[in-house]
Amino acid sequence: MDKNKEKSIGIVKTEYFNFDKLLLECGKELKNVTLAYETYGALNEKKSNAVLIMHAFSGDANAAGYHEGAAKPGWWDNMIGPGKAFDTDKYFVICSNVIGGCSGSTGPSSINAQTGKPYALDFPVITIADMVAAQKELVSHLGIKKLLSVAGGSMGGMQVLQWAVDYPEMIASAIPIATTMKHSPQQIAFNEVARQSIMGDIAWNSGNYYNAVQPERGLSVARMIGHITYMSDKSMEEKFSRNLKEKAYSFSFTSDFEVEGYLRYRGDSFVKRFDANSYLYITKAMDYFDVSGKNFVKEAKNKDAKFLVISFKSDWLYPSYQSEEITKQLKLRGYNATYIEIKSTYGHDAFLLEVEDETRMIKHFLERVQKEAANG
Amino acid sequence: MAERINNTPLEYRKIASVVQRDAKVLDLGCGDGDLMYYLMQTKNINSQGIEISEDAIYKCVEKGLTVFHSDIEGGMEAYPDKSFDYVIMHNSLQQVQKIDYVIEECFRIGKKVVIGFPNFAYIWARRDLFFGHSPVTKTLPYKWYNTPNLRFLSIKDFESFCAEKKYKISDKFFFASNREVKFLPNLLAQTAVFVISK
Repeated sequence: MDKNKEKSIGIVKTEYFNFDKLLLECGKELKNVTLAYETYGALNEKKSNAVLIMHAFSGDANAAGYHEGAAKPGWWDNMIGPGKAFDTDKYFVICSNVIGGCSGSTGPSSINAQTGKPYALDFPVITIADMVAAQKELVSHLGIKKLLSVAGGSMGGMQVLQWAVDYPEMIASAIPIATTMKHSPQQIAFNEVARQSIMGDIAWNSGNYYNAVQPERGLSVARMIGHITYMSDKSMEEKFSRNLKEKAYSFSFTSDFEVEGYLRYRGDSFVKRFDANSYLYITKAMDYFDVSGKNFVKEAKNKDAKFLVISFKSDWLYPSYQSEEITKQLKLRGYNATYIEIKSTYGHDAFLLEVEDETRMIKHFLERVQKEAANG
Repeated sequence: MAERINNTPLEYRKIASVVQRDAKVLDLGCGDGDLMYYLMQTKNINSQGIEISEDAIYKCVEKGLTVFHSDIEGGMEAYPDKSFDYVIMHNSLQQVQKIDYVIEECFRIGKKVVIGFPNFAYIWARRDLFFGHSPVTKTLPYKWYNTPNLRFLSIKDFESFCAEKKYKISDKFFFASNREVKFLPNLLAQTAVFVISK
């Protein structure tokens, strides 16, 4: 086993939780809901050591460890495991795939029991609050009354804030990372361009492509746009500069530059694992997200949740000012909130890459939360 | 940790002597959080800090403290009126741009304000000036070209400032080489701590 595998939680397996129905924010009801989830570490007797991790836009339930035969570990394996920031020797870590997704939880590519066919656009439009409501069902199913913490980056951070708004009595702490209280026009704009790219692909066929090929071209371009927004000018310079794939310009429209090759590769590999309709539904959920102003958490009573807010200096997709605003609004409402802007050149991707700095913050923060929770 | 408390600077102990048990304290420019940590240990205070240095933020969190990574002026807006018993600015006032605004903000969010600063009229600083150089002393260790300090004030300056602004001085302490100075503080003290209220 290589070094990474040794430090990892090891082989893990996705489990499935089914429940009858979920009343959605749009007023519709989603029936026969399935949530794909994984857990790491052991739940203690008091069921007081559970941490819920929430994934970003294209993530899944496999946050840590290796699936049988897989070459790569889960998406946050360097943060979750024995001795890591989310220490599985101490905490019981849960991660589930969001509803609307395409990695095991109910989404537009799932079979609609009423028709026996995939939902496609018959799938109701879901919101971040709906994703969180589904997670709450899972947490209750696992017998947990209060989570020690909820944590996540990007769209995962939106879910963290939604937890704090909707179920404040169920969390002892919250760690929103590289996120926002509301999607800005710029963030909505990038999502809309991506959606138009998918819907403009003739293969999309108004969402009805499940008996043919999905709109790979459109989905791939959408992902390429996404990847540009996840990096920074500097990280792209460092990674690619103007390096050419061949020795000289081709004087044609094949991809001359490494950066072009990278984006195409990312786009092409994405279409193999992600459903185009899920892309539409989940980006829409993010665009609808707005817990600012009167929608934000109510004023803190003495013992309410502690917050750790983290942002990254070069993140221009979810810029630091948005995290600062979260912190200010929490403080104005009397919450105990710590905020750090971590120096990084990785752009938005930093929340997956700045492991050492994030670990330093999260490890001590969780230790404090656990200690104070134990003292009552 | 006990050792740490025994080695506590006299200034911290004097500040602790005026802070009430279980008080709510905001430390502006809290650095590594040593003062907050000391007050937590000795007075069981409920504290929060504001600090601009990223490295210092990690150290605060390692001590179990709550801290806001921000400059002082920007960070203060985040607190409701009268949400603290004490607002402390220990060795950070001299690095503040808008002094008037910051102190008024201190009184908006806190009842009492504790301000500590290096005394620019200390005898060795006067000597440096007498011989034609900008002062470099233990408490003013920087050269003219690398100092973070924006303000160079004496104990007398601060007292006249308080008189002008009608701030009441409820306690004041003066120090040199970790000892208290009672005689001719403006000449003999390296640092001063004032407790003021409105």
